[in-house]
Parts: sequence; C-alpha cells; structure tokens
Amino acid sequence: MPERNQTTQSALPAGVRPAGEGTPPTASPAADRGGDDRAVIRDALGVGVAVGLSGLAFGVTSAGAGLSLAQTCALSLLVFTGSSQFALVGALAAGGGPLTAAAGAFFLGTRNAFYGLRLSSLLRLPRAVRPAAAHLVIDETSLVALAQRDRRAARIGFTVTGITLYLLWNLTTLLGALGAAALGDTAAWGLDAAGPAVFLALLAPMLRTVAERATAGLAVLLGLGLLPVLPAGVPVLVAALAAPLVLLVRGLRAKGPDGGEGR
Amino acid sequence: MSTAGVWIAIGATAVGCYLVKLLGLLVPAGALERPLVRRLAALLPVALLAALTAQQTFGGEGGALVADARAGGLAAAAVALVLRAPFLVVVAAAVLVTAGLRALG
Repeated sequence: MPERNQTTQSALPAGVRPAGEGTPPTASPAADRGGDDRAVIRDALGVGVAVGLSGLAFGVTSAGAGLSLAQTCALSLLVFTGSSQFALVGALAAGGGPLTAAAGAFFLGTRNAFYGLRLSSLLRLPRAVRPAAAHLVIDETSLVALAQRDRRAARIGFTVTGITLYLLWNLTTLLGALGAAALGDTAAWGLDAAGPAVFLALLAPMLRTVAERATAGLAVLLGLGLLPVLPAGVPVLVAALAAPLVLLVRGLRAKGPDGGEGR
Repeated sequence: MSTAGVWIAIGATAVGCYLVKLLGLLVPAGALERPLVRRLAALLPVALLAALTAQQTFGGEGGALVADARAGGLAAAAVALVLRAPFLVVVAAAVLVTAGLRALG
C-alpha cells in the first residue's frame, strides 16, 4: 500500500487524539484475557468520553443556527456523525436549501463507508447485527477497533466506544441545546465561532501531504470565491471538486516519461 | 427556512449518512478498495472541511465576505491547534476570543 491507512489516519478527528495518544494496548498476547479486556474497555471509554463532550458544542451551535430542540436532538440521534451534523446546521443557518445542505453533509459522511469496509473483515459481524452496528460506524469507533490486535478486542473496542459515544453525544447535544436557549443571542457569546473551530480542529491533522494541503487551499479559494455568486450551500459542493482536481493533476504529473507511480 | 424544510434536510441527511455506513459493512471487500477511490475518499473531507471552515468564518449576509470577530476567534483556535491543545480547548478559544472581540467592538 503506497499510502498506508490513508483513509483512516487522515480522517482522525482532533478530539480523538488526547485520549488515543499513547494508549494502544501494550500487554503481551499471553496476558490474561480479563486484563486485556479491561485495557480495551478503558481505551474505548476514554475516547467515548472525550469526544462525547463535544456534543455540547454541537448542541449550542445547532440551537444558535435556529434549529429547535427536537430538530437538534433528532440530528444527533439519527445522523450520529459529528462533522456532517455541523455541516448541515451551518448550511441551513446560511440559508441553503434543504437538499443542498443535506448533500454537503452527505459527502462528508461518505468516508464512513470506507471504515465499514475495513471493519466488516475485522469484526466479521453476523448479518443480523450489521444494520444496528452500521449506525455506530464513525471515525472514533473505527479507529479504536482498528487499533486492536485481535477480533475479540476489536469487537469489544468497537461496541464499548460506540455505545459510550452514542449515549454521551446525545446527552451533551441535549444539554448544549438547552444551554444555548438559556443564553439567548448565541452570537453575542461568540458561539457562532464554535462550528468553524470544530471544522478546523478536524481538518488540522489531515494536512500532512502536499496533495492534502493543495486540496485544502484550492477548496478555500473555491468556497470563498463562489460564495457571493452561487446560491447558499452550493459553493461548498463545488469546492469539493478540489479533491478530484488535485488527484487529476497529480495523476498527470505521475505519468511522466518513465511512467512511474507518483505520490 | 421553514420548519418543514429543516425536517426534510434532517431526514435526507439521516437516511444518506446511514446508508453509506451500512454500505461499507455490506459490500464485498475489494469493491471500494481501488487506490483511486481510496485517495478520493481521503481527500474529499479535506476539501469540504477547508471550504466549510473558510465560509463559516468569512461568510456574511447574502453571501458577502466579511472579516469580523469570528476571524479573530479562528486565529485563536489555530494557535491552540499549533500548541496541540485538546479539542475542547481549541473550540473554547475560538468562542472566548470571538465573544471578547465583540464585547470590545
């Protein structure tokens, strides 16, 4: 694989890093199974708690964007993939049409298909369990599961992270939305800056290679340049074209005289 | 936006996001494993997040571009990220600096 774990690594949300850093299981394979299980559960709970708290930021942002309490909670219960939720409320607040706004959120969520693909061979879930397990296939659960050594640990890691995160994310969403309602004008409290700050925190660890930085730069130019001329919500979809454009340029460059595979 | 419109957006997002999650668990391994598809999947969130960050920082009424207190807040968040601050500290920095600049202005 020329780009090891690219999909997984570059989608690593910043929220995962503090809890995930330096916490891969270190016990020897021969260690007792109970101790191993406890280590996996501890890691999973750590990630679940750290990221679950960021539901507060989502609840506040969503309420500040004008969504009702029921709408805000429905998003966390039914969509349950943070960046898509932030993208949707941001697009709605900016006046985007429902389907245009949903399209941007959907494209952000497509990376979960690639997590699912890797998880399905790792976890080997029975078919009957997959529809329920699918809802928990997100950045954090995938990263915890993929970090484990064997199937048993991966299954425990996936399940504990998923359930912890689901419960906390929804609880903190509710608290954030209620808190925002109590605050009144959320912009006066600077809370309209929470959404873009979340995106920046998610984006920062993805900017490692030249291609990633070029994509981000081009997307910013397209996104801002088209903002005054296209209907709300559409510029971000056009900006997404930065990804295939950068791949195209890279592919053309790689097809040099020696036909070598370029980075 | 009308209440119905918001619910349509929520429904469409929920269905779409659930189906892509399920797709990964159900399709045979290898279908999405082509290098080009994987690279595109890795770069797509980069493009979307970069554009969204910029738009939600500099977007004003009716699509106008403005540099207001949010830009200061995002600069604070960027500094926090460079200092490897935890996720919640990064968001808190953006919120506090934006609020502070608005209070001063």
